[in-house]
Amino acid sequence: MDHAVRAEGISKLYRIGAMRDPRTLRETLIDALASPFRRGEWRRAREREEDRDLWALRDISFEVRRGEAIAIIGQNGAGKSTLLKILSRITEPTSGRIELHGRVSSLLEVGTGFHPELTGRENIQLNGAILGMTRREIRERFDDIVGFAEVERFIDTPVKYFSSGMYMRLAFAVAAHLEPEILVVDEVLAVGDAAFQAKCLRKMSDVASHGRTVLFVSHNMPAVKSLCQTAIWLREGVVVERGESDAVVARYLQHSTSRAGREDVARVIAAFPPDPAMRLLSIRTLQRGMETTNVLNGEPLEIEVEFEMFAATLGFHLTLQLLDLEETIVLESIHNGDSERPPLVAEGRYVISAIIPENFLAARPYQLRIDAGIANVRSCLPEKVRLNIDVQQSGIVNRAYPGYATPARIAPLLEWIVRKE
Amino acid sequence: MRGESTLVIEPSSPWRGVDVAELWRYRELLYFLVWRDVKVRYKQTILGMAWAIVQPLMAMIIFAFFFGRIAKLPSDGIPYPLFAYAGLLPWTFFASAVNSGSMSLVGSTHLITKVYFPRLLLPLAAVATVLFDFFIALLMLIPLMIWKRIVPSPLALVWVPLVMIVTLLLVAGISIWLSALVARFRDLRHVIPFAVQIWMFATPIVYPLSFVPPRWRALVIANPMTGIVETFRASIFGRPFAVEALVIALVIALVLIATGSIYFRRLERMVADVI
Repeated sequence: MDHAVRAEGISKLYRIGAMRDPRTLRETLIDALASPFRRGEWRRAREREEDRDLWALRDISFEVRRGEAIAIIGQNGAGKSTLLKILSRITEPTSGRIELHGRVSSLLEVGTGFHPELTGRENIQLNGAILGMTRREIRERFDDIVGFAEVERFIDTPVKYFSSGMYMRLAFAVAAHLEPEILVVDEVLAVGDAAFQAKCLRKMSDVASHGRTVLFVSHNMPAVKSLCQTAIWLREGVVVERGESDAVVARYLQHSTSRAGREDVARVIAAFPPDPAMRLLSIRTLQRGMETTNVLNGEPLEIEVEFEMFAATLGFHLTLQLLDLEETIVLESIHNGDSERPPLVAEGRYVISAIIPENFLAARPYQLRIDAGIANVRSCLPEKVRLNIDVQQSGIVNRAYPGYATPARIAPLLEWIVRKE
Repeated sequence: MRGESTLVIEPSSPWRGVDVAELWRYRELLYFLVWRDVKVRYKQTILGMAWAIVQPLMAMIIFAFFFGRIAKLPSDGIPYPLFAYAGLLPWTFFASAVNSGSMSLVGSTHLITKVYFPRLLLPLAAVATVLFDFFIALLMLIPLMIWKRIVPSPLALVWVPLVMIVTLLLVAGISIWLSALVARFRDLRHVIPFAVQIWMFATPIVYPLSFVPPRWRALVIANPMTGIVETFRASIFGRPFAVEALVIALVIALVLIATGSIYFRRLERMVADVI
């Protein structure tokens, strides 16, 4: 048998209508006791709800060869998590069929079922059992797990005393010793510090190269490209493309940046819950005083943030980040980061601009992220505001070689000193 | 578990029965879930194991004072504190098991949304965990009987295990039903502790079944906990009891398990989406 996984026509319907399913006994009783006239009314109300039903997945079919590592990529809400949940048997498809040939393990998170009061040893046993290991398997792999996690000295300490790094290492170590034939895995790599992530990635590619089948759902495009030969791109519950991962990832990234413009930013800001200290009013990107998201790298770029402070706040600051499409933070800057100590920002309305100089950005799409926060207290925004910009070549960097597309994330103009001897 | 195994995922029938073979495959997880809850319980509470004894013991003292001394309720010739404690033993088990069993699905959202296993393990594990408290509280009966100089009837060795099997079946049936209903109807969880409280006074615990007027007797025996409490207590103190009441409890337990499993399996298909 050549295929490890064969999915045919998978669809999943979520019912969003609040009135569709009474959620409380009280509502159910009222519904049942209501007069026949009102029942008819309810039914009509429910029928109207039907157009609010959501097809999270529509007719998804794919096959995964034995030993193949395949990535499932897509925006949030594209149906990745639903597909993962169906593959993990957490929820059932509304229609369709999947056959999995071989012992399956699925990892939607690491450390499922970990209990803070239990010791490292006890949690390994419990988590192993939850992930489907037998007691014998747990016993046999116990020393390897402890060694991998590097927690030998603390193995009989309750995990509530573990540092978050130790906790994550232990949790991942159990998962890493599952040894299934088919591994279904979510973005468990998105946690922990860089060194730990690298270790997890190595372990994952070990798994993939040992002839096991891996289904990997991720936002981490470098990880997708290095782990998986193949990728499936989902959008709004349907497969957009399936093919070689480098090519699919490239087209996916291209597509995802062309969306999300200025209107989105205004909408996002307007929907933020109120914060006692401040309110964002607008975020704009300007060149020569004109608002634009098509940026020329030969001109300075002004990122203008307008906000209102309700009270004088010590340590209030804006943070600007610039990210590439693979979500690597290329630069970060704090608006009053160069003052001697956290300054007191007075009440009132502000317009603050950051200037990225000309001949600094590379000709490539970027994402700007703006955050507002109070040092050592909290972030004033529920999430960073994201704004996509597309940078075009117009500056003097590399202008001698016009056809050349730099692989660099930034392309600042450096001083080259040429001495002819 | 080795070799070629094929797993098929497709929409299931709403009327499927319990997959006993699958439950058996997952027996180790059941063991670990119980093991976890017992460990955590005895680690977390300061009183630890003592809690299992303190609960029925405090109730015994209060009942002995108010119902035995002040209200002077009859106790079939058994010293009232012992009478109350012996009745409270199966009752406390029943009440705690129903309370924690009914919350077992909604209390394990983090597991249900992250990993697959037969969800039926959750109410079963919750019930099994409470059984530990019962055994500890049962041991406490020994010093109490020495104190009142009462020798237990040898018949108890046969009847107490039998009664406990019936109680386990009953509690499992109720927990399977309620855990699914609570996941479906969120407001139900507030009703259950209250209903259990009322149920206690409808069960001959602070009073003997012989105290119930004949015209109400049939109604009281229809309560499955009547047969359980009466048989448990009477067999320990070597008194006559109505076996038919225990048989009624057994029949009700089996009906609840059968119907509850069907409802549970219907809900299990979508529990991760609604919980």
